[in-house]
Amino acid sequence: MSKSKQKPIVASQQQIAGSGAFFAGLFGFLFGMTQEMPLIGIAGGIVAGAIVAFLASKYIPTKRLAQLMSVILGGLLGYVQSQVTGAIVGAVFGWTFMWFVYWVATGEYRRRLPSYATPWQVIWHHSFVVLCWAIFLFLITPIIVVMPLSFNAENFFTFTPEMLNFDPAGYSLKHYQDFLTNSDWQSALKNSFLIAPVATLISVSLGTLAAIGLSQPFVPFRRAIMAILISPMIMPLIISAAGMYFFYSRVGLQGTYLGVVLAHAALGIPFVIITVTATLIGFDRSLTRAAASLGANPITTFFRVQMPLILPGVVSGGLFAFITSFDEVVVVLFVGSAGQKTLPWQMFTGLREQISPTILAVATILVALSILMLTTLELLRRRSEKLRGMTPAKSAVKQTAEWRMSVAGGKP
Amino acid sequence: MSETIGSGPVLAADGTPLKRSLQRSLRLQKLRALLLIAPLLAFILITFIAPIADMLFRSVENEIVSETLPQTVKLLDADGPSAPIVPGNETFSALYVDLYVAVKNKEHTRLGSRLNYEQTGVSSLFRKSGRRVRRLDVEIYKNQFLDVDPAWGEVTTWLTLMEDAKVHKALPQTMWAFSAWLDDVIEDGDKPEEEKLEDYIFVALYNDLSAVSDKAVSRDLINKTASAVGGFETVDFKSAFAKFDKDWHNEDVWKTLRVYSPPYTEGYFLNAVDLQKEFEGYSVRPENERIYGTLFMRTLFMSLIITGCAILLGYPIAWLMSNRPMREANLLMIMVLLPFWTSLLVRTSAWKVMLQQQGVINDTLVWLNIIDEAGRLVLINNQFGTIVAMTHILLPFMVLPLYSVMRTIPVSYTRAAKSLGATNWTAFWRVYFPLSVPGIGAGSILVFILSIGYYITPEIVGGTSGTFISNRIAYHISSSLNWGLAAALGSILLLVVLLLYWVYDRIVGIDNVKLGG
Repeated sequence: MSKSKQKPIVASQQQIAGSGAFFAGLFGFLFGMTQEMPLIGIAGGIVAGAIVAFLASKYIPTKRLAQLMSVILGGLLGYVQSQVTGAIVGAVFGWTFMWFVYWVATGEYRRRLPSYATPWQVIWHHSFVVLCWAIFLFLITPIIVVMPLSFNAENFFTFTPEMLNFDPAGYSLKHYQDFLTNSDWQSALKNSFLIAPVATLISVSLGTLAAIGLSQPFVPFRRAIMAILISPMIMPLIISAAGMYFFYSRVGLQGTYLGVVLAHAALGIPFVIITVTATLIGFDRSLTRAAASLGANPITTFFRVQMPLILPGVVSGGLFAFITSFDEVVVVLFVGSAGQKTLPWQMFTGLREQISPTILAVATILVALSILMLTTLELLRRRSEKLRGMTPAKSAVKQTAEWRMSVAGGKP
Repeated sequence: MSETIGSGPVLAADGTPLKRSLQRSLRLQKLRALLLIAPLLAFILITFIAPIADMLFRSVENEIVSETLPQTVKLLDADGPSAPIVPGNETFSALYVDLYVAVKNKEHTRLGSRLNYEQTGVSSLFRKSGRRVRRLDVEIYKNQFLDVDPAWGEVTTWLTLMEDAKVHKALPQTMWAFSAWLDDVIEDGDKPEEEKLEDYIFVALYNDLSAVSDKAVSRDLINKTASAVGGFETVDFKSAFAKFDKDWHNEDVWKTLRVYSPPYTEGYFLNAVDLQKEFEGYSVRPENERIYGTLFMRTLFMSLIITGCAILLGYPIAWLMSNRPMREANLLMIMVLLPFWTSLLVRTSAWKVMLQQQGVINDTLVWLNIIDEAGRLVLINNQFGTIVAMTHILLPFMVLPLYSVMRTIPVSYTRAAKSLGATNWTAFWRVYFPLSVPGIGAGSILVFILSIGYYITPEIVGGTSGTFISNRIAYHISSSLNWGLAAALGSILLLVVLLLYWVYDRIVGIDNVKLGG
């Protein structure tokens, strides 16, 4: 938050005390539940919350100071109740409590609402926002939860009491160490890095060529060709996997490195086609004509003029193809054999058979990797727009999501 | 562009008419475009379209029976409708030859397991008979033929017969049996002339000669033998097979063989919809064997629930995002896109962590004393687990199209409605909601299509009650090895998906779902 001027308190004292009572009562109820006396919790919360809110708004001059004091108070009380965990919970509660009290007290809560909104409308609006945040929480929690668990010192999939107490003994890097030393995981990692780049190379080289062909002004059967080229993306993976398994075992490619690479290349091609054709839409064809008129042959024109301009599109298409292959499990499960066990495959068997937190360590690494990938895509997108003389309007992440949406694809 | 005066056609610089010149250059351009596309098109056709075609082909292909038991199938096909179900000695004798060759090539067990899908017990029947067929003594045939003419014992006689097309026509079974023997010998790297002819070839010869009435072959050897065959002492194959296993006189086994002898069958598709092909016609499977109808219904039903949950959860947050300033909306968008871009397995394992009995949700509930230690909820390995995890995984596919549509709905519309006296609810339900319906449609079909083909997540969190049709396909490919049935199930799924895409294209337009911004 920016250093805005202290907002004056506009709410009545009843309102302020009521807000404190409401928030602390809620927390008191939860706390009471854990102690098996929810009613006492509620009552205590309401009384204490009302008093604290009232006193704070009356005697403490600024919101910041009030928050600081309530954080310290909450932290101390929490520490007395249950050490470090309690202190953290208490401090967080103290901060949000004061934030909430001042949010009500300064009238900030009506900022988004028209001044004529009735109290019920205000309550309805805020419950709706809370509901939305709950849904966002639903989206993000599973991914967040995985991260601390991957530092578990025990071989469990669950939080141990030591972890909840922030005891350093409860945490360790042993699962990361396991990932780095275990031969199963290492060979899986190696296979993934042997398969994905080659598959990407095939998809990118063939895909870019075809995208250039498709963006020519006169292409017969363009719609039909496009449908065929995009089909690997819209087909449910189990169908692709079944078909490839049958066909590749007929021609002797099942269980071979080449078979997996070809299958993954086929799955990655739609992404390259879509990203590169999208880049080519903004390509100024008079540039290639100018190059030709200055005596460059088509190959020189391609590499010196066209390629540098569409490179960001090609690279992001390549990234898609790479992540498709790197993340793919259904097809490799059928087309590959034990010799081509990739990282997702190893995770899949790990999840199905022996549950080891090493999976969570890998998952954390992959989340970090996908964040890195998103950032790269964003940067590429900006660069592409700069090259084409546009202002960066749409974020790359959204743009790429749109590409995927636009052909109704994804990674089932 | 010089002489354009006069009434003649417009000419290009080189003197050809401009029209033709233009056409030529257009043709050249088309050709160049196609040449650029051709490598990729060929690649996709070979690595992707051909496999799909192969799957469709496999769902009806049934050549294994006529390839493994060609002579028997030929005789069965010749049977009229009034013929007895369990055939006579003649067919059993052909079956002996077929089975002997199949056992040599180790193909009889494959056929047994193929037919076992249709009739339980056939697999063991074939395995058992395979062992005994090799031990059955049929030497008398060879001896009797050698008595008629010792030339039958010479491999060279056979080799010369092989070259005669007429002999092939008159003695098909014999030639087939002999060439099977010959292939085997050559494969072992031996010289045919030095090897001993096996007895089963003479059984085939007997079968042929006793069946052929008009002696169309002008070879003395064959004519001479054919007239002598009538007085031969024979082995009673029918009772011999009954001694192998009494099931060989069971009508059901022969019904199955007769029904599945053609090279193509609709049997797999019938199985995939809980019907079965019987000798008498199609029939519904017995109650306890009907699983695919339930499974298809469950897949559709759960996909519907998942779509419904996605609408319920996606609609509010899409609305919130589209009604907040751009900067805030972008921040919220990251929360939708981060899961969207995270590896599927990461998300699935996260749900395993959350939902299991010792998982985060159960732990929290126990901590809050809502449930006690003994009463931990079973949230995983059932339909609930699949629905929760898949709703989470597919939710972004609902939010993104919804958001793109909602972004384009002007705020002034609802304001106008309210100023005309509408309540909040009426303004939403009568004005805003109808405008957002295209987004719901796009998102729903997308989520629905994706979820009916899902495999990984139901496999990990679905247990037995939360699995989809795709899990059954995978099971038939890798465990039960009933590839034909897997292909038939896959083809049906493919059909459903294509149908849905068609609907999607009609309603939304495949390339019409945009993420505004």
